[in-house]
Parts: sequence; structure tokens; C-alpha cells
Amino acid sequence: MAVIETRDLTYTYPGATNPSIKDVSVTINKGDFVILTGPSGCGKTSLCRCFNGLIPHFYNGKLEGEIVVAGLNVVDHKIYQIARHVGLVFQNPENQLFALSVEKDVAFGLENFAMPRNEMRKRVDWALQMAGITELSERPPHELSGGQQQRVAIASVLAMQPDIMILDEPTSFLDPVGAQKIFEVINELNKKLGITIILVEHRLDLAAKYANSVIVMDEGKVILNGTPREIFTSEEARLIGVGIPKATRLYQQLKQHGIQLKNVPVTTEEIANLLREVLKHD
Amino acid sequence: MIEAKDLHFTYPTGLEALRGINLTVDDGEFLAVMGQNGAGKTTLVKHFNGLLKPTKGEVLVNGVNTRDVSVAKLARNVGFVFQNPDHQLFSETVEDEVAFALKNFGFEEVVIEKQVDWALNLLDITQYRKTSPFMLSGGERKRVALASILAWDPQVIILDEPTIGQDYQQKEKLQQFILQLNAQKKTVVIVTHDVEFVAECNPRVILMSQGKILAEGIAEKILTNQKLVAQASIVSPQITQIFLELADLGLPTDVIDVHEATKILLARLRDRR
Amino acid sequence: MSVFEGFRFRKVSSAIHNLDPRVKFFYVCILFVMAILFTKLLALVVLFFVPLPFVFMARVKRQWLRSLRGAAFLAVFIFATNFIFGYFYPTAFQEITPPIDTLVEYLVLLERAAAMTLRFVVLIASFSVFFLTTSPDHLGLALQQSHVPYEFCFAFTTAVRFVPVLADEAQTIMDAQKARGLELERGNLIKRVRNYIPILIPLIVNAIRRSLELAESMESRAWGASKKRTNLYSLKLKRADYLLVVVSVLMLIIAVYVWLYVPIPSLTALLSL
Repeated sequence: MAVIETRDLTYTYPGATNPSIKDVSVTINKGDFVILTGPSGCGKTSLCRCFNGLIPHFYNGKLEGEIVVAGLNVVDHKIYQIARHVGLVFQNPENQLFALSVEKDVAFGLENFAMPRNEMRKRVDWALQMAGITELSERPPHELSGGQQQRVAIASVLAMQPDIMILDEPTSFLDPVGAQKIFEVINELNKKLGITIILVEHRLDLAAKYANSVIVMDEGKVILNGTPREIFTSEEARLIGVGIPKATRLYQQLKQHGIQLKNVPVTTEEIANLLREVLKHD
Repeated sequence: MIEAKDLHFTYPTGLEALRGINLTVDDGEFLAVMGQNGAGKTTLVKHFNGLLKPTKGEVLVNGVNTRDVSVAKLARNVGFVFQNPDHQLFSETVEDEVAFALKNFGFEEVVIEKQVDWALNLLDITQYRKTSPFMLSGGERKRVALASILAWDPQVIILDEPTIGQDYQQKEKLQQFILQLNAQKKTVVIVTHDVEFVAECNPRVILMSQGKILAEGIAEKILTNQKLVAQASIVSPQITQIFLELADLGLPTDVIDVHEATKILLARLRDRR
Repeated sequence: MSVFEGFRFRKVSSAIHNLDPRVKFFYVCILFVMAILFTKLLALVVLFFVPLPFVFMARVKRQWLRSLRGAAFLAVFIFATNFIFGYFYPTAFQEITPPIDTLVEYLVLLERAAAMTLRFVVLIASFSVFFLTTSPDHLGLALQQSHVPYEFCFAFTTAVRFVPVLADEAQTIMDAQKARGLELERGNLIKRVRNYIPILIPLIVNAIRRSLELAESMESRAWGASKKRTNLYSLKLKRADYLLVVVSVLMLIIAVYVWLYVPIPSLTALLSL
């Protein structure tokens, strides 16, 4: 079942000469974990903003084509209406937290929805628990580490119980260990709660193992759309300059030298198992 | 040459960030300072150009104690590229931005013009000469910031987390650029937690944890040492992790590079045949 | 910036901290009115001691003293102005007639100036206790429940939230520019002011960028979805709050009574008897 459908979506920022998104037609299904990637400036951030209505309602500009998210036509609905179904977590954790305590931030969206207090309290506690930050509930955001702040941002979006969650390079400012923790939280949301995830990422080494679909953009267009295995072994991805996971790269290098492994690996465990087979058999 | 002798640093808030650092950075070296966020990496390198002065111990830059000179004086030899270019861009044009430091250091007009031309060319941003830096994209602004530091050709260049937010191609370009600088006998120090990037460059690594140096050595040896990696709360490069899983088959555990890994595997498979 | 320490909220749990900010503000206003009512030194000395029990109960003695220290400079100025003004225009004060030449008349003038100074200090002292014991989010909540439009309350709490962030950013920007040879302390007044441009511009530009990101985040979390927002917290008046209201009103009644019917002797008159 499709939760996001776009047809020939084209968008030009106000005052810009060229569109940032050109003829994008994608379908994202319920429960998908999509990685959206591509070189800087390819339009992935703009596309995310189309999914929750920031484009066109916040940024204005010219939007052409069709876009339907969670059954709503984005152009015809206000951002706060779409926000009931779509949550967006941004790159910089610091600029998403505006309250003086963590739980007040998590409650922000619910307060906007005018949720009654006791219901709100339960929802906030639940969201804090899912993000693994219950013990931080009364702390001010300034005292938290980047990873903790990002988890607060996720909790504050999660509290609104969206069907779809979009995360725009959420681990940019985090070290690999912190990034890993965030990906695990996001994966839980997808696998346990069935939330459709769209993750914009460059660090495919860490994130690839969770996704069932990869969309690659370049210069505003969608160039590739398929399963991680298909995308990472495609020549086009390599040419565009997508950061293919090392496991897949090793697979390709071996293939070039005549060693064909049984499957295309995406994670270190997968290739280790495949190599083990090959090394033992010989 | 930069030397740190029993360097201690405590922030005014009371946070003990550096607890006894002893370090030598030789001319022309390529050094990566690594460790998790909060280990003290940035605090350490801020001592190299005098932005921070030791609370105990000393730091010598080319024999001069950093306590005895101003930051401006030290900056002549030590260029520091901050993580966020937006923390330094303020000029009306890219040209002015790149010339800023040169003007502060009192270079002559003729020299300034020449250096600006050179720096713009080096970073491939000559076409933006008369553009306002605020009109450029993120990646372009980073290049302007880098050009403005390289403009006065410092002997030492420190880059604080240069790979954050960069896509794959940008990282490759950065890698080539650093190797180029190194080839020109410049000392390059990068502060980073990007293990994969370091694995590709294989520099000398200083691994920090909680204000101390846990270990130092070539990336190959440091990043593949599982005990150190666990202690410092970082991760090993992907290739190392793969080989670690296959350690029981007798494969070497100190591999960090894809090409090296391929060679070893091919050799193994051909041996068997 | 230590004078500001006398107004910065510290998170401590005490009976005073738990009082409703609206009630505390009411109390401070009463003190304000009382301070304005009285012009006699003795009365103001009494008023000065009124906030003291609150200071001790809230355990903010050290910070409170710092606010007084910060007020000291202005207090001296007020004392001097009053003294000089009174010297040249004594008819402004009813008790003395020109010219001022006897000791008693000097003492009366001194007492007058001291009273005016003390009035100022009492005001600072009371407001200091208020701000030291009221957290910004409590304050924001109080504003909201007092039917101040939510946009203003939100702007207030968000601004407070970002004060430490902006302070850190200002420091980083200064470091980045110092590392490019900018010397903030050098030069004449004009040059020094110009030296701050490379600090201010990035600060302002980043503040604007930050507000844009904040706005995006707010919109994405359904800002404007309902005409009447609900709130996770709510301020409820407790017994202690009602007690403070009663105490404040009583204080005001007593003060007005005294002002109307009880002549307060001047200190000079008391001493010379």
C-alpha cells in the first residue's frame, strides 16, 4: 500500500533559475525503510521537504506535478494537517529543540494538537521510552550531547505518532558509535511500530543494513530506485559517487578478479559469511 | 615542530579536558587525532595555535612557548580551519574573505593579490571571486573558508572535523587535497572521528580518551587493535571488522584498506588452488 | 559578566523556588510600591531586611550578594547625584533651608542621599531574589497562564534557551577570527569597534539561519494546528502561595498605615538627641 506517491514532481525555489527537483516519480509503501542518497545538492533535502508540506507552503516557489502523502494532496493541505501523518527530523539537533526541558520539547507537537494533559503525559513518557531517554526527561537541551539531543528530536516527532518519519542526515554531527545508536532506534521504530522511514544518509556503511529500498538522486532527478543490493552493485551508483558500503566494494573488487561470491553482501556480517564459504570450500 | 609537555587543561567551568599530554608533531607529518566526542581532541589542537593556554605544563611551537606569544603571532605558522565555515565568513566578496588574514598579518598589497589568486585557484573557486560568500552552497563555503586559511601559506594546517556533512566525492577530494599538502611538506593535523576516512589515508594516529593519549602509531596498527578501539569507544574500519570475523581462518587482523584486503583474499584463494 | 550571575536562575529545590511566579511577582511589586512610598532612611533600612529571609530560605545568598555588588557602581552614582543635587537645591527636600552650613544639615542631606540609594538597592535586591528563584520556563508558564499571547511566551523561553548556545557560538567565532590574525585588543577606539565586525556578522547571520531552521522544525511539528494550545505543565496555586499573597497584602496595609499616620523620625534627629 502506497503511503507516498509523486508523479513528475518538479520544484523551483523562489528566485532560482533552475528547478531543484525535476520530474520525480516515486512510490513509497507502508513499512518501507528507504535510504535516500546522492551527492550534495542533488535535491534530496528538497524532496524531503515536499513530503511534509514545507514545500510549497513554507518555501513558496513553484511546485509542479502531483504529490500525495498519507492520502492527502500536499498542495491542498496545510503543514499542520500533514504533520499528523508525517514527521521530519532535521540534521542539526541543536536547532530543533526549543524548550527548556526535554519532556516539554517532546510534548510540543502534542500541545499544538491541543491534546488533553493526561493523554499527553502518557504519550510523552512512551516516546521518551522508545527513544531510550526516559532518564533525561527534565534536563535542559544545552546540557545534552549531540546524540542525546538527536534522540530527543526523534522522540518529539515520535510522540505525534506519525505514519511516516523522514530523517534528514540525522547523524551528521555524531561519531560512529552515536550514529549506530540512532540507526538502531530508527530501525526499532520501523520494525516494531511499522513506521515508514525515509532516511537521507551518506554513511551507507552504517545504515544500509536496515533498508529495503534505496533511491539515488543526482542533479534533481531520481537516477536509481531499487533494493540496496541492486543499487550498490550498479555502475551508475559508482559513477555518481555514492558511498557504497565497503562490504559491497570488496565483493565487486573480488568479482573483477574472477572471484564470484554467491550473493551480494551489504553488511560486514554478510560478506564475512560469504567469504567463509568460499575460503573453506577451497 | 610542535611539542606538548605534560599538558594539562581545565576549562573555567571545572571540566578537566586534558590530563597530562606528551606529544611531538614533526614537520611534514600527517597526523590524525581521534577519539569519541568529548575525548579532548579539539581542546588539544586549540593549544597548537595558542587559542588555549595550558593550565599546567607547556606547549612549544618551533621552540616558542605558546604562553609567551599572542594567537595572531602563532597563527602565522599554524592555520586552523574550523568545523563550521559559517563561523568565520563575514566579507562582502570571496576575494575579501580570502584576503582578510593576509591584511591582518600586514602583507603588502602586491603579495596579498598574488596569494589570493593562488588560493582561489587552488580551491577551484576563482569564478566566485566577486560573489558574496553567503550566496554559495555549503560545500563552496567550506572551500572559501579553507582558501582563506591557506592564503597565507602556513607551515602547519589543522582541520577540525573536515568530513562532517561531506558526501563521498567531497571526501575523496579532501583526501587528495590533504595528500597534496603533505607532499608539499606541510604538516597536516586533522581532528576526526571518521574512521573510514582515516583508514583510506593511513596517517599517524593519536587515539585519545578522557583527556589522555591512549595510544599512538600508524592507523593500521591503532584502528585494528580491538582492545584500544573498545577502550576509546570508537569503531574499527569496516574492512577490519570483516577480517575480524574471519580471524579464525588465519587471516591477518590488521587490514584497513579495500585493495589490501582484495590482495590478501586473492592470494589466499589462489594458494588453495 | 559576574553582575549577571546575580540574576541567573540556579536549579535548587527550596520552598521559595516552588512558589508560583505570579505570586512572587506580586510580592516583588508590593515591595516596589513600599519602596516608592517611603523616603525616610529608617523605613528603607527595614525594607532592605524584608527579602533576607527569602534569600536564606532559597539558599541563593552568594548570587544575591553578587547582584548587590553589581548594583554598587550605580548606587554610588545615585548617592553622589542626590548629595550634590541636595547641596545646591536643598529646598527640594523639606527639612532643610539654604544655605547648608551646620553639621546637622549635612547629616540630613547625607541621610537623604543614603535613603534614595537604599531605595534603589532594595529594588535591585528584590528583583534579584525573584529572578534567582524563578526558572525561565516557570516564568514562561506564568506568562502564558496570565493570558499573555503564546507567541510572546514562546519567544521568551526560546530566547532564554538559546542564550548559552549563542554565548558558545560567539566564543567560537572569536577563536576562528583570532586564528586568522584578528587582534581584538589592539588599536584605537575606532579600530577596536571595527575589529568586532568579523565577530558580529557571522553571529547575526547564524542567528538568522538558526531561526529559519527553528521555524521549519516548529511548522513540521504542527505549529498553528489549534487555536487554543494545551500545556504539559500547569501552575497551580498552593497553600504557600496563598500565604505569601496574604503576607504581601498585610505588608502593604501596614506600610500604608505607617505612611499615613506614623511619623518616622530621621536618623539624624534620633542621633542628635
